[in-house]
Amino acid sequence: MSDLVTTIGLEIHCELATSTKMFCGCAVGFGGEPNTRVCQVCLGHPGTLPVPNEQAVAYAIKIAVALGCGIAPSSIFHRKNYFYPDMPKNYQISQYDIPLGLKGVLEVTTDAGTRAVGITRVHLEEDTGKSLHMGSGGRIHDATYSLEDFNRAGTPLVEIVTEPDMTSPEEGRAFAQELRSILEYLEVSDVRLEEGSMRFDANISVAPPGERGAKVEVKNLNSLKSLHRALAYEEVRQREVLGGGGAIDQSTRHWDERSGVTRPLRTKEHAFDYRYFPEPDLVPIKPSPEWLEAITSGIPELPPARRRRFIADYGLTPYDANVLVASRAAADYFEDAAAAAAGIEPKQVANWLANDLLGRLSERGEDLETTRVTPQALGALVGLVAGGSISGAQGKVVLDEMMVSGRPPAEIVEEKGLKQVSGRSELKAVVAGVLAANSDVVDRIRGGDAKPQGFLVGQIMKATKGQANPAVVQELLKEMLQG
Amino acid sequence: MSPARPLWTSTATELIALLRSGELSATDLTRSLLDRIEEVEGDVRAFITLTPEVALAKAKAVDDARARGEDPGPIAGVPVAVKDIIATRGVRTTAGSKILHNYVPPYSATVADRLEAAGLPMLGKTNLDEFAMGSSTENSAWVPTHNPWDLDRVPGGSSGGSAAAVAAGEAPWSIGTDTGGSIRQPASLSGVVGLKPTYGLVSRSGLIAFASSLDQAGPFARTVADVALLLGVMAGHDPRDATSLPNPVPDYSAGLAGGVKGLRIGVVSQLMGEGVQSGVRTRIEESIALLTKLGAEVGEVSLPTFDLGIDVYYLIAPAEASANLARFDGVRYGLRVDAEDIVKMNSRTRAEGFGAEVKRRIMLGTYALSAGYYDAYYGKAQKVRTLIIRDFARAYENYDVLLSPTSPTTAFGIGEKTQDPLTMYLSDVCTVPTSLAGATAISIPCGVAPEDGLPVGLQLMGKALDEATILRAAYALEQELGPMPHPLLWGEPS
Repeated sequence: MSDLVTTIGLEIHCELATSTKMFCGCAVGFGGEPNTRVCQVCLGHPGTLPVPNEQAVAYAIKIAVALGCGIAPSSIFHRKNYFYPDMPKNYQISQYDIPLGLKGVLEVTTDAGTRAVGITRVHLEEDTGKSLHMGSGGRIHDATYSLEDFNRAGTPLVEIVTEPDMTSPEEGRAFAQELRSILEYLEVSDVRLEEGSMRFDANISVAPPGERGAKVEVKNLNSLKSLHRALAYEEVRQREVLGGGGAIDQSTRHWDERSGVTRPLRTKEHAFDYRYFPEPDLVPIKPSPEWLEAITSGIPELPPARRRRFIADYGLTPYDANVLVASRAAADYFEDAAAAAAGIEPKQVANWLANDLLGRLSERGEDLETTRVTPQALGALVGLVAGGSISGAQGKVVLDEMMVSGRPPAEIVEEKGLKQVSGRSELKAVVAGVLAANSDVVDRIRGGDAKPQGFLVGQIMKATKGQANPAVVQELLKEMLQG
Repeated sequence: MSPARPLWTSTATELIALLRSGELSATDLTRSLLDRIEEVEGDVRAFITLTPEVALAKAKAVDDARARGEDPGPIAGVPVAVKDIIATRGVRTTAGSKILHNYVPPYSATVADRLEAAGLPMLGKTNLDEFAMGSSTENSAWVPTHNPWDLDRVPGGSSGGSAAAVAAGEAPWSIGTDTGGSIRQPASLSGVVGLKPTYGLVSRSGLIAFASSLDQAGPFARTVADVALLLGVMAGHDPRDATSLPNPVPDYSAGLAGGVKGLRIGVVSQLMGEGVQSGVRTRIEESIALLTKLGAEVGEVSLPTFDLGIDVYYLIAPAEASANLARFDGVRYGLRVDAEDIVKMNSRTRAEGFGAEVKRRIMLGTYALSAGYYDAYYGKAQKVRTLIIRDFARAYENYDVLLSPTSPTTAFGIGEKTQDPLTMYLSDVCTVPTSLAGATAISIPCGVAPEDGLPVGLQLMGKALDEATILRAAYALEQELGPMPHPLLWGEPS
């Protein structure tokens, strides 16, 4: 079945981190007591009118521009009509045939290479509230009662739709990851997937090359992991059906995270005629050239360019550049730390950051924004290690202490007496002493048994309280054992 | 004025003079109007909810301010009646529908806020066709309103309660809303003045939506001068309404007496043809002669697309209504009819909460927007709407103001048209073109039809934001026509 081709397109909904909702003055936020961030407008009271949030429009324009889209000189809102109890007006104000941004592109890289994924559109809309259907299956049709929380209702959402340009679940995940990075760089969204601030729907079809397969839409993908798992599951499922001589119907399926499978949705639940028509309560969005310029000029260097720069200017490997650039916070931190460790290979700073600091932070449930270790302090620490003042092992001990106290590494080194001893003459005396005290071991080594050499190193480190430079010790041992 | 003449027969302008001179307190005035309401309301049924406490509290505040030597505002103290489709914080607002039988808004419409700020005591919330859908006020979920000229006849609609309250002397002025003629047609049938402002002149915030691209609130009164005063209070930009216009509001009273000399008035031939009652035609033609005598240059203009107005209106308005009324689902406010699940609760609530005409329009609108029909119905209607706007623009190359009857007939009998929605829809034939163009128009009484003794309304249509010109023309005609006959219900004021 390897001659079948997989085709994937994505629809991403992203909550914008504006201070207020899309069409009213209620605060945007996550969680909280139900129905505490609501007003007559976002509750859909009779007579209320939507007033567009300028910040949300600016954010959406930023996203569209960052994805290479053209900005419509005049885009309009539509009403998307369907009944659902957590949608206060029973229509959603969204954009339809004249969206804010059209025709962009985003390149994604996987092990299979780089692919340009077309962006069909970027548009603005409002989020719904949240329903909790109580009783039996948790679905609206068999619930004995439903609880509605409208705190989220009216939160600005940007919907990004791609062309069906991806050919593997890995590309799907890579796209979502890259988009997430870009949104973080633009500072337009919290991109907290676990809080639902980014949600994915995927379209996937499998067919022989040159043919169009039946499109299956997979819903309820709330993390990069579930996106990848669901696509991988669905790819295999469709290949097996086709391989067994079956056919795939155009349909919508629901991803069940717990059991790791997709399940068909009841047709009744997605056979909607949304009866779109232009929203008469709103006027077209016509961004002035000056406003567009102001928004565009506020767009920072984005991940693709930054990655290239990290490789070219800092000599990082593509892998390291990718790891650091994926998060704006990590990349910014790296640049600050590298600047503080002037004259030291940036690669070493990258290693300390990616392997040591980030690992420790995630173990402790902290992040770069909350840590007491400043980029300057990390740079200084890497400097101490690279300059041979302390050993790498000592450096890790110092880092542990820095994370707790936030004190500068030099101070900790001083206090703990962690200086590394690298002077040959100083160490020579210590080595001679250890050799003299362990003449039996020395004899075995000289007899051809190299194993106990580690024991001697241990004794030397012990005698120097761990301060001996391991490289110098090895060198001296080699010389003196031969002698 | 004769001291024996009851206060309720006075115009707002007369009352303002008495209030400002200190001869009359707002409290006494409010009490006397509440007495008048008590006297005739059993016959007229203009109100859904009376708010005497609200009115008297406001009247007292105005009186207290005056007593302290403060100026509560140029028109403060003259009570007003408000159509029950305009949200009033703390005062039940039903839109004439059972589905909102218990709805008390947590906020006030901008219009209501402005009346409050101007110091106008609110007497109550007036009756209307459910969600403003109708031309007779018979579609109210509560009771039909009766025309003060003949209690067996309708006052027109949908703002029939606001028109009848003014005609019956229950209020000197009132607020209505106009989507396809819902101020002008009842003004015509009830023999009062009513103005539909340019779309965007008066904020729609808090106006329970029927057709969002058409709805406008506007004033009723017994004189053009009073309408000009009340419009001045209502109009102006509102950041709560994205379709509200930023233009400054002129002083509508200032230019009223400017006359019509040289004013170019076009009589729309499409609205003077078949179907116009003979007595209506007679009075309109007399008024045309008067305007000519006053120096206006009157000509006839043919606007062929006006014949399509009703068809277009009855696609666009129901389409928008079908979405606007979706929010009444029993979840958050209003009527809830319980059922075994939430989907059935939604549909039972709507089945029991909406009346027949509302359901008819929701179905019409849903159909017009459906996949496969959108282009043929809603899409095409929008195109014809553009053609109507072009016809207006063409007419305004040669005319300043257009003229027609407001309604082809005088007030019809209660129950006469309820079985035939299409005939009822045709009541709006003269008023919908202006609505579709988003422009302004006024209806003023121009006498009674000889055959039935019922008032005839004359409509003057103006360009968008040209309220001042139609008010000036209406004022000139009103002065020339002289005092009108009074509704039967006035009796013979001693």
